[in-house]
Amino acid sequence: MTRQMTGAKMVVQALKEQGVDVVFGYPGGAVLPIYDEIFQQNDIRHILVRHEQGAVHAAEGYARSTGKPGVVLVTSGPGATNAVTGLTDALMDSIPLVVLTGQVPTFMIGSDAFQEADTVGITRPCTKHNWLVKETDRLSATIHEAFHVATSGRPGPVLIDIPKDVQFASAAYQPKPKAGSRHYQPQVKGNMEMIEALVEAIETAEKPVLYTGGGVINSGPGASQLLRELAEATGIPVTSTLMGLGAYPASGRNWLGMLGMHGLYEANLAMHGCDLLINVGARFDDRITGRIDAFSPHSRKAHIDIDPSSINKVVKTDYPIVGDVGHVLEDLLKVWKARGRKANREALTKWWKQIDKWRAVDCLKFKQDGPVIRPQHAIARLEALTKGRDRYICTEVGQHQMWAAQYLGFEDPNRWMTSGGLGTMGYGFPASIGVQVAHPDALVINVAGEASWLMNMQEMGTAVQYRLPVKQFILNNERLGMVRQWQELLHGERYSHSWSESLPDFVKLAEAFGAKGIKCDDPADLDDAIMEMLDHDGPVIFDCLVEKHENCFPMIPSGEPHNKMLLGEASTKDAIGTKGAVLV
Amino acid sequence: MSALKIKKGSSKHSAYNLRPQFSDVQETHTLAVLVENEPGVLARVIGLFSGRGYNIDSLTVAEVDHQGHLSRITIVTTGTPQVIEQIKAQLGRIVPVHDVHDLTVEGRSVERELALLKVAGLGDKRVEALRLADIFRAQVVDSTLESFVFQLTGTPDKIDAFADLMRPLGLIEIARTGVAALARGT
Repeated sequence: MTRQMTGAKMVVQALKEQGVDVVFGYPGGAVLPIYDEIFQQNDIRHILVRHEQGAVHAAEGYARSTGKPGVVLVTSGPGATNAVTGLTDALMDSIPLVVLTGQVPTFMIGSDAFQEADTVGITRPCTKHNWLVKETDRLSATIHEAFHVATSGRPGPVLIDIPKDVQFASAAYQPKPKAGSRHYQPQVKGNMEMIEALVEAIETAEKPVLYTGGGVINSGPGASQLLRELAEATGIPVTSTLMGLGAYPASGRNWLGMLGMHGLYEANLAMHGCDLLINVGARFDDRITGRIDAFSPHSRKAHIDIDPSSINKVVKTDYPIVGDVGHVLEDLLKVWKARGRKANREALTKWWKQIDKWRAVDCLKFKQDGPVIRPQHAIARLEALTKGRDRYICTEVGQHQMWAAQYLGFEDPNRWMTSGGLGTMGYGFPASIGVQVAHPDALVINVAGEASWLMNMQEMGTAVQYRLPVKQFILNNERLGMVRQWQELLHGERYSHSWSESLPDFVKLAEAFGAKGIKCDDPADLDDAIMEMLDHDGPVIFDCLVEKHENCFPMIPSGEPHNKMLLGEASTKDAIGTKGAVLV
Repeated sequence: MSALKIKKGSSKHSAYNLRPQFSDVQETHTLAVLVENEPGVLARVIGLFSGRGYNIDSLTVAEVDHQGHLSRITIVTTGTPQVIEQIKAQLGRIVPVHDVHDLTVEGRSVERELALLKVAGLGDKRVEALRLADIFRAQVVDSTLESFVFQLTGTPDKIDAFADLMRPLGLIEIARTGVAALARGT
């Protein structure tokens, strides 16, 4: 039975049918009918952010920590354009979002009306797909299709632009169609012949490595479980991209740590020295590969990815497998077991001995001495004092992000929210709000730099209004630390505009918003201060004043291969050649 | 779909077909892309090419199945084998794209383009233009005492050759449709 209703009511009805419980948004003229409907119901909670970019990042945090799509509702024109950074961020990191934007009425489109923007035109390159709905009778079907597209195959953000007259007009509501009835059906099962070939390669490999990425997380908790089973059963070491942290537990015995530009020594040298590289749901990003022609030069390469365009995009693959990580790993384990659970144990023992030698370098070692807090020490203490708790960590972008990835241990998927592909400063704070909304009783910490954090600091209002006890752990070096580091290594120590004068007093700032502020600048007080933050039942800004000139190591300089990594200050002289200098 | 005589697509499996090494030889390929005829679909395809820095040598588009809401886009593009594979994979993941065919590698195909050429001249030049048009089997579709409009169908090479011959004979304007292509056989 179909029911007649207004487009605005249809939006709320379709969201309910899709199981949406939270919408992050900001009202405006072109979405008022939808807001009116939201007012008249209690099933869907609306979180009022303070800026539309915050709404999208909050929805990303929600999506990453739950595995469900995040939903955003914003108005036309500036509402939509403010959402663009978040959409691009979600596209780069494959985060499922459904963004609803208001639009001027259909008869005014193209007339440069007030708050009009070509939203579908602007967001076409930064969404997985988008729609402008011009007839109310297409609206509910389009919303259902949008959820299907956002969550199928490689997930991503989608946008539906809804003109105001379409929201007012009435039409018949179309319920959610049955699964499998649509044209868009990405392939999830991998090619069995190729999986068989990869199993053969695993059986004989002398120096294999699993290189895992965000695709394992996106495939669901089952995929992480299968990855753990595969690693344990075969004895293959595991490294991960920034996006994939938590898929394999940091306490697992096969764990090498993160790889890439600021990855661990043992992880990068294992990648460089391996003879079989198994990429599971990662995409050979340039932060990972460094110089392409010297990347993992002696290995055969397998690549499991749900997106056919990821395969052979950057690195030529010997075992390409298009499919969902969970499905492929399940088949792979089945085949491996059926063939007698073989592995080259003798060679693997030698390989692990070599890896242990690299591990002995202890590339993350640092010394906390003197009266100033080292940023690594701050994160290490945060790790020690929160270990064992089911905590969710968000980050902004920069040095603190890399230190968080290096010094925090992740035991489970969906506990780590960070902007990987786009590198969006200002991501972490609103993301932490989205995570806390999804997990009201969990410990949610945003590890931040003061510069990134200030980019979306207006969301303090949101955190306080909804009593979200998010912990903002700000490593304050009064610098744009990563920019400063590159200027030191690359631009003759000319620190062009990479420091901030007149930073706010973060304690007073917290108090101005009605939250708690804590300041700490003495290593001796650090543990107590962190505990005070953790024990406070409400949002906290923690202003941790740290060493201002600390650099983030290890580091693979731009344009260099993995085995040319820098381990500390002594190795930085002329580390980056002129070719590397043009890279970012 | 079967009414369009298109074999099941290569788009989803294109990654398996990549040649052994990344070569830097430039190749020209003709791609047939079957898309949902919805607003903005052409912009998505063109935006993909400009956004990722691929070349478009020629592009034609028209609805081919009104009931099924399907349009066919024929794109001639140039790139290394790796880039061509990327283009196909990237096209394949656009949501309203149903199928991507590389007519250059999927067996033999016919390619045709239509051109209209306006040639103005008097005396011997006018006679010569008409004589060459006859050789090329171009039709006169408009004529004044000082000019002809020729209609010519053929491969892009043939149209290039005819245009080159017409240039000294008074070619003043040319309009070309771009390539339409179909696989040969069934």
